[in-house]
Amino acid sequence: MMLSIENLRVSFAREHGDPVEVVHGINVTLDKGETLGIVGESGSGKSVLSLATMGLLPRTATASGKILLDGEDILSMSERQLCRVRGRKIGMIFQEPMTALNPSMRVGAQIAEGLRLSQGLSRRAARAEALRLLDMVKIPRAADRIDSFPHEMSGGQRQRVGIAIALALKPELLIADEPTTALDVTVQAEVLDILDELVSELGISLILISHDLGVIARITDRTLVMYRGDEMEQGETEQVLRRPAHAYTRKLISALPNRVRSALETPDG
Amino acid sequence: MKRFPISLILGGLITGALIGAALLSRVWTPADPTAMNILNRLKGPGEAGLLGADQIGRDVFSIIMAGAWTSLGIAMTATLLGGAIGTLIGVSAAAKGGVFERLAMAINGVLFSFPPILSAILLGALMGPGALTSITAIGVFMIPVFARVSRGAALQIWSRDFVQAARMAGKGPALITLQHILPNISAQIIVQLAIQTGLGILSEAGLSFLGMGVAPPTPSWGRMLADAQTFLSSAPHLVLAPGLAIALAVLGLNLLGDGLRDLTDPRRRQAS
Amino acid sequence: MAEILKVQNLSRHYTLNGTTIKALDEVTLGLEEGRILGVVGESGSGKSTLAKLVMALDRPTSGEVRLDGDNLFDLSPRQLRAARRNFQMVFQDPYSSLDPRQTVEKIIAEPLHLDPDAPKGRARRDRVGELLEDVGLSAADVSRYPHEFSGGQRQRIAIARALITKPRLLVADEATSALDLTVQKQILELILKLRAEHGISVLFITHNIGVVDEICDEVAVMQHGRLVETGPARAVLDSPDKAYTRQLLAAEPTLEVIGRKARRTATR
Repeated sequence: MMLSIENLRVSFAREHGDPVEVVHGINVTLDKGETLGIVGESGSGKSVLSLATMGLLPRTATASGKILLDGEDILSMSERQLCRVRGRKIGMIFQEPMTALNPSMRVGAQIAEGLRLSQGLSRRAARAEALRLLDMVKIPRAADRIDSFPHEMSGGQRQRVGIAIALALKPELLIADEPTTALDVTVQAEVLDILDELVSELGISLILISHDLGVIARITDRTLVMYRGDEMEQGETEQVLRRPAHAYTRKLISALPNRVRSALETPDG
Repeated sequence: MKRFPISLILGGLITGALIGAALLSRVWTPADPTAMNILNRLKGPGEAGLLGADQIGRDVFSIIMAGAWTSLGIAMTATLLGGAIGTLIGVSAAAKGGVFERLAMAINGVLFSFPPILSAILLGALMGPGALTSITAIGVFMIPVFARVSRGAALQIWSRDFVQAARMAGKGPALITLQHILPNISAQIIVQLAIQTGLGILSEAGLSFLGMGVAPPTPSWGRMLADAQTFLSSAPHLVLAPGLAIALAVLGLNLLGDGLRDLTDPRRRQAS
Repeated sequence: MAEILKVQNLSRHYTLNGTTIKALDEVTLGLEEGRILGVVGESGSGKSTLAKLVMALDRPTSGEVRLDGDNLFDLSPRQLRAARRNFQMVFQDPYSSLDPRQTVEKIIAEPLHLDPDAPKGRARRDRVGELLEDVGLSAADVSRYPHEFSGGQRQRIAIARALITKPRLLVADEATSALDLTVQKQILELILKLRAEHGISVLFITHNIGVVDEICDEVAVMQHGRLVETGPARAVLDSPDKAYTRQLLAAEPTLEVIGRKARRTATR
């Protein structure tokens, strides 16, 4: 077992009154190479769950329970230990690649930075590796683009650079929080395909957080449905979508436009 | 209810005390701030009055109180005037755009490059020293600050969709500025008013120190400092009293401004 | 049926550092009374520029927007103000489209500025209250402020504001894109209800094909400022003529194939 979240509770301190609990005891396990989708609407706690897993909760938050990554509890790690885990064991992909990238640094240098810092690669070797990664995320003419600034790229290309940075240190687990929400649909499809291909090829586990059931359906093996900090249900993505066990999941599916959900209506469903 | 930031409480108390002292000085001071008592000449704190007496035996505490009226009065009038004109320029520039905006901001830049002390000396030479000279010099110096702040804040509001909705309702730039822009930038303007009043007090003291401020015998912190120079070693309380009064006033208004900014910061507001 | 909106050869060009950008290029469209026309496209397709021009919030480089036969850009300022009562807009982000400093009553009543005979005082409050009930909120909400409402409720307030002058055309610019799925569904149902009750025509601008399919009678597909394809929604979505429309439809994430293993077998 690789990642195991046990009875995770997260609450936020308020200026007045008692802290508010926003995640109420979530249990999740994720094996090597498995992909898990977490779906929910705003206020479901799905992003807080992902921040907790990366050890990135704000200072006003308190978490209880366990988040075991290869047996080590993220929640009890010092910031120093967390730094070693982030990037090397857990990679992150953010919703808005424009804010996740440094606007004044060439993309190749941004990918190479982590490689030089944590793997001690020479400038030359890191650049070669950055180029390989850009090729891997299918940036066309990567050799010409390696010295581009983020603003010179399209949204889809920036998100591919984001994926390349996340993969640079060969993490075991990748957490992607709404990675395609800011992108156009045609670009979203390309980025999802690249993400899917790479995690299966490299055997990386993936947690994909999205409000979009279509995105979840496309690349995850299992799905966790959350609502207001609680688990509604969890299971094989196919099962959850075709035979939802919980009323909330059914409500979520019925809120989808007809076009999107019509394919679900199989004789036995 | 929201918990008030500590800087707001402290700044409010100091500023409140100063304004209180200034108002009180109009009706009561421990002694007449202009009455000389040569027997008390250069006596230290406690020996004659709370803060001692000056070189001609006037009660220092009473002069400080009366000086608060002068300082705060001039600084506040100048800041309010400069603030009103500057804000008007800023929101008009944001509303009009185009050539008007570029011209207004260019003139603004030129104004900004004149240090208030220099322009006051120039004005003093033209108008003669006095309260009006101080108010004009400090006020003119305030205009570009407020023009900049209000233009930036207003531009942010102009980009919001509710402004488009107001345009859909057939409202012109003036009405939109009045109904939507000003209410939404008022918090930032108030913060700036507090901070700039602090600067105004400092400038007023500087002008009086140089003899460009109010004419004697009207009490003034800046001139107290100027007069006390000669007695620096024999009667240090004469320098310390107005010096501390100026520092305290500026500190109080800056704390107040910072506190108000914290209180109205949207990030803080969201967190609560 | 009569055409309420006619967009004729509409272009909007911008010049940036010497290069001309054709944000909108010779677009021609029509919308019949009581129908819902979806304008679908990705970023840079010109759909928002089109919305701005139809609302006369911007002027075109060339071309016309005819509302009930009158070209908006030929009208005098006074005539335009009078015409504005007939078309109103709902914006994408309900957090940006409501002034946080105003009460719900003031927000919703704002377009009444266009009407010199608009109700005032008590009568205005009652009219706003009725509208609030119409969009599924309570008449008692008139004196509350926007921050007291959720995103979906705010969008209802924005819709109420757009309805107060009894417009005949509603332009919705990505009006459900910022909302949660279940809330989006409620807002779409509200728009359909308003159409059924008031016969209002809607220009629905969106990037979401599923939403177009849900509520639009007609659809216009746009790309790079140009009109790619237009026609009855059903026909265009079921058998698109143009390659770009097909590409757009194929990219839409549906629940046809679930899970990556299944997908890999399916594509093989």
